Amino acid sequence: MKNSIEIKNVSKKYPGFALKNINFCVPEGTIVGLIGENGAGKTTTIKALLNIISSLGDIQVLGKNIRKHEKEIKQDIGVVLDNSFLSEYLTTKKLNTIMKDFYNNWDEKKYMYYIKEFQLPENQLIKEFSSGMKMKLKIAIAISHHPKLLILDEPTSGLDPIVRNEILEIFRKYIEEDETRAILISSHITSDLEHISDYIVLIDKGEIKLDKATTELLENYGIVKCSKEDFEKIKIEDYISYRAGKYQYEVLVADKYEFRRKYDISVIDRPTIEDIMLFYIKGGKA
Amino acid sequence: MNIIISNNSAKPIYEQVKEGIKQAIFSHELCEGEILPSVRSMANELKISFLTVKKAYDELETEGFIETIQGKGSFVLPQNLEMIKEEKLCQIQKHMEEIAHIAQVSNITKEEIQELWKIVFKEVL
Repeated sequence: MKNSIEIKNVSKKYPGFALKNINFCVPEGTIVGLIGENGAGKTTTIKALLNIISSLGDIQVLGKNIRKHEKEIKQDIGVVLDNSFLSEYLTTKKLNTIMKDFYNNWDEKKYMYYIKEFQLPENQLIKEFSSGMKMKLKIAIAISHHPKLLILDEPTSGLDPIVRNEILEIFRKYIEEDETRAILISSHITSDLEHISDYIVLIDKGEIKLDKATTELLENYGIVKCSKEDFEKIKIEDYISYRAGKYQYEVLVADKYEFRRKYDISVIDRPTIEDIMLFYIKGGKA
Repeated sequence: MNIIISNNSAKPIYEQVKEGIKQAIFSHELCEGEILPSVRSMANELKISFLTVKKAYDELETEGFIETIQGKGSFVLPQNLEMIKEEKLCQIQKHMEEIAHIAQVSNITKEEIQELWKIVFKEVL
């Protein structure tokens, strides 16, 4: 499988915060979810990836070096940034005429189709839009030039569940249309990613803590619940981290089937992505 | 085709996908030569990762139920359904022999087993 994005040993230093040797890929045809706390480095990673900020290391987007072929690459990708700015005094119609000049492949018909599909008004000023409508408009702009790759920073944050689901549905359709497309989507709403991502990359304090197939996380990982005595029998190499409670210990394991074969502990729950993130960030290790 | 995915089931999701497809093949809802939905479209429909669906398809392929042709899709292979049924009956017979054995040792009557049988069937089928 080819990779739509390849990030190798990427570093960036700010006073008080640093990206430390980040490595991960977005394979063609897949949706990769980038998760982490606020301030963990998700947006910094995306900005480095888009060459909006300078960084060290190797970044390949659609098979080309982003620093050398930035303009060319950007014609082929669609981007939604957390704080991307649209003038409040434009209408969707007016935006069309502006975007035409930006993208060689701008597809007016497609754009108007999305505006209709997302039920956005044509002649109303953007400042009168709800936040859900604004996000849908940003997405319409990002995908109306047939990009091969979408890079989305927190596209669902601050939106209600109905709109969030509508937005996820847009992404599903986008990738189904052409299976060489790919999506990188960052979010701290992990439940959204649980139902859409193929891989999960967890970033914490500027470091990649986890990079796994979503299936594996949901199906093979497990949360063992046991007594303190039982916990003390578990070997250190057989678990990832634990949380000690007054009445029970919770222990994250990478392979619940293997664990079951080794230990006589029967309560093992299926984790959510949020559980796993919490265990990686807040969990302890003896 | 019905594929019912339960997040609370102990069965892995890819197993549940596999079972749904197998059932459709056994009931002739999916016929020989018919094309299966693309991995991505099924993943989107079920709101699960495409890798989960891919795993299900891969295993169905090794088990001889479907064939995947690069760039074309996955197709239902001709099934010797009679043979599969024969094999399943064999499996069931083995389990039943075990039941009979347990019943014999524990002095459980045929009638009691039949009573149990009715309850189980009502719950499962």
